[in-house]
Amino acid sequence: MNVNRLTANDLRPAHSRAMSFGRVLGILAGLLGAGTAGAGSWPAMNMPVGVTVLSHSIYDLHMEVLWVCVAIAAIVFGVMIVAMIRFRHSKGAVPDINMTHSTKAEIIWTVIPVLILIAIAIPAAKGILQIEDMRGAGLTIRVTGYQWKWQYTYLGKASGISFFSTLSQSSNFASQLHSGIDPRTVPHYLLSVDHPLVIPSGVKVRLLLTSADVIHAWWVPDFGAKRSAIPGFINELWIKVLPGKEGVYRGQCAALCGRGHAFMPIVVDVKTPADFDKWVAQQKAALKQAAAASAAAAAPNNAPVAKAGAAGRAIEATVHRATRPLMARVLD
Amino acid sequence: MAHAIDTAHDVHAAHDHTLAHDGPATGIKRWLFATNHKDIGTMYLVFSLIMFFVGGSMAMVIRAELFEPGMQFVDPGFFNQLTTMHALVMIFGAVMPAFVGLANWMIPLQVGAPDMALPRMNNFSFWLLPFAFTLLLSTFFVPGGAPAGGWTMYPPLTLQFGDSFPMLIFAIHLMGISSIMGAINVIVTILNMRAPGMTLLKMPLFVWTWLITAYLLIAVMPVLAAAVTMLLTDHFFHTSFFNAAGGGDPMMYEHIFWFFGHPEVYIMILPAFGIISEIIPTFSRKPLFGRNSMIYATASIAFLSFIVWGHHMFVDGMPMAAEMFFMLSTMLIAVPTGVKVFNWTATMWRGSLSFEPPMLFAIGFLFMFSIGGFSGIMLAMVPADFQYNQTYFVVAHFHYVLVPGAVFAIMGGIYYWLPKWTGNMYNMTLAKTHFWLSTIFVNVLFFPQHFLGLAGMPRRIPDYAVQFTDWNMVSSIGGFGFGLTQILFAIAIIQCVRGGKKATARVWDDAAPTGLEWTIPSPAPYHSFTTAPEID
Repeated sequence: MNVNRLTANDLRPAHSRAMSFGRVLGILAGLLGAGTAGAGSWPAMNMPVGVTVLSHSIYDLHMEVLWVCVAIAAIVFGVMIVAMIRFRHSKGAVPDINMTHSTKAEIIWTVIPVLILIAIAIPAAKGILQIEDMRGAGLTIRVTGYQWKWQYTYLGKASGISFFSTLSQSSNFASQLHSGIDPRTVPHYLLSVDHPLVIPSGVKVRLLLTSADVIHAWWVPDFGAKRSAIPGFINELWIKVLPGKEGVYRGQCAALCGRGHAFMPIVVDVKTPADFDKWVAQQKAALKQAAAASAAAAAPNNAPVAKAGAAGRAIEATVHRATRPLMARVLD
Repeated sequence: MAHAIDTAHDVHAAHDHTLAHDGPATGIKRWLFATNHKDIGTMYLVFSLIMFFVGGSMAMVIRAELFEPGMQFVDPGFFNQLTTMHALVMIFGAVMPAFVGLANWMIPLQVGAPDMALPRMNNFSFWLLPFAFTLLLSTFFVPGGAPAGGWTMYPPLTLQFGDSFPMLIFAIHLMGISSIMGAINVIVTILNMRAPGMTLLKMPLFVWTWLITAYLLIAVMPVLAAAVTMLLTDHFFHTSFFNAAGGGDPMMYEHIFWFFGHPEVYIMILPAFGIISEIIPTFSRKPLFGRNSMIYATASIAFLSFIVWGHHMFVDGMPMAAEMFFMLSTMLIAVPTGVKVFNWTATMWRGSLSFEPPMLFAIGFLFMFSIGGFSGIMLAMVPADFQYNQTYFVVAHFHYVLVPGAVFAIMGGIYYWLPKWTGNMYNMTLAKTHFWLSTIFVNVLFFPQHFLGLAGMPRRIPDYAVQFTDWNMVSSIGGFGFGLTQILFAIAIIQCVRGGKKATARVWDDAAPTGLEWTIPSPAPYHSFTTAPEID
């Protein structure tokens, strides 16, 4: 009964604490039970397959290595368990005290692991080559980590668009100590932002990561993409979302970066290339409007993108000074 | 323990009044001015147990906060202080001093030496620790609170913390000096004070693993000292070792830190291998299988530990060739580690097994350390590491090798040698209960963390998205259970020190303990092997 209430998605209705506890009991009961619970009724236990070229190949490697480990574990643990059952002192087992070494056995259990390791190292090495191949990017975006938000600056044909991406207000309020707000009532608690990063599907998008203060790490599990954003360095990663997988994907900062480490999520809105171009045109129009408005020294402008853009440029100038030589090298 | 040793001494002293200086000093002086390896070993072990509970209570608060999403108990900044201090206290305060305590007690007994080679330095290396940890723990009460940048102390983050920062650095230096002196003592004792006839290859495995560990300590503790000193000068003297704006390099810190950090991991597991290699043959009633290859495997692991540090930093960015190198070198460690696990299994095979508490902990170690090893192989795969790194998968991995790995080996070692130290048997039922509850709860605690990490929960966060709730609740329940269970451990030890069924010299008469420590009475007399035993 309780097990049936478990869902992998984060869009749960509000539960009372007692019911949460019931869910835990449900899981424990499920663990002890005969595994009757259907796969869909469990909270997520495995790496997501994801929606990019890389996330698929990483998932395949992960599962391959996992099954190799499970197989080895089954054999080794099996032998240990048999030994514990068969050779019990209480059952009158007599020790074979002359069994102290066997060169043959030791060669076998040195060579076989080496062969297994070679077998899994090959796909892993191929994976490295694939991940590190930054060639042929259709869009480049600079990602700058701050305590505790992200700044996205589009380069190339979308240049001029730059904004900050900060934890949404609803999550922020609910995450205050003793807020009294049940996080389960907050949509995408801690995984929603004011302005998501927008990228097109089917295009190789290259991210250039750096930081303005401490080390952060940009991670979206569904993309199989994680890299640290380090002050004074530019790290690269690439994402190619498979066509047809448009949608909103969520992740979090993955490097301890201070008090707000848990509160600087990453949200990526993946659009079709046509919708993406439309979005770029809109943003550029909004920028132009904002520039005109500020030139006319008008009243405070409420267009969030323009505001963020202006603030972004100011801070960007500071960042740029610190990281200019590296930045210039990479961009050339 | 003290009581038991006193009693033994009194008996001894009654025989020979002329040796009045032979026994321990009275009162506090016995401990303050201790030069006896047994007294110093006892102090190390008691200190370690206290720190185990101090670090454990921090973990209880962490698990309470993570029981469900939302911030219920602590501020996120304080949460970061807890995770940082939990790691520092457990690594430098609980695990390492426990091994040094065991080394102090057992190395002289196992090599047939009257004491450690450098007893006054031994005293100093212990007494630095209470001061180091007083300094470290007092940071909770300074403005800004305790260090909160993670035990890895990565700049620039760690430079942001105020008054606690220099205290942290100074405490690390004290711990480092203590470790280096302890390691020198171990090496000098082992190389110079072995009983006649005990060639290097005849040394017990615990002595062997500690000899190798001591060399690792001497090699890497100065590296940590250098790294934190550079942090100190960056903070106070405006150097720019790690400050990008000043032309420095934050990645350089990570390289230096992990050049220390990875051998450090093996510093915490090699002596555990030694303990397991002592316990399993005893309760299998059969000599250790492949003894020499066990020694060579330990040495290989120690060597490899110096060339794998980059695997902690794959996501931080490094050249592709470096990624390949560190991946392959890391995978290579699986080979000698596998040899060890296979040899332990072969020792049990065709043996005659009984399941006293030390053996239970050793078998628990075999299974659960192997689980940590498997996740280690998975983490070595660079592409997959891009998903695993910095998540709860890593937390699960290193807790599997450190808790049911290193800590279980320490507990097994204590249950193995405690009767030798105190002269009393402990309550077997209580110890077995301690084992079974620990084993159940440690798995409820850490196994779901694999799932959390794979599903996308980063480590070191005080609050999380609601889809991670279920496994966090399970993990927290396991955590509280594991924490409470350790009270049984303390009770078992205290009871044993205070009295109990008398232990014989061999203690495990029914099994097959080998080694010089079983040739002297239980409790071990205050001075043992004043005349070196002969080894054939």
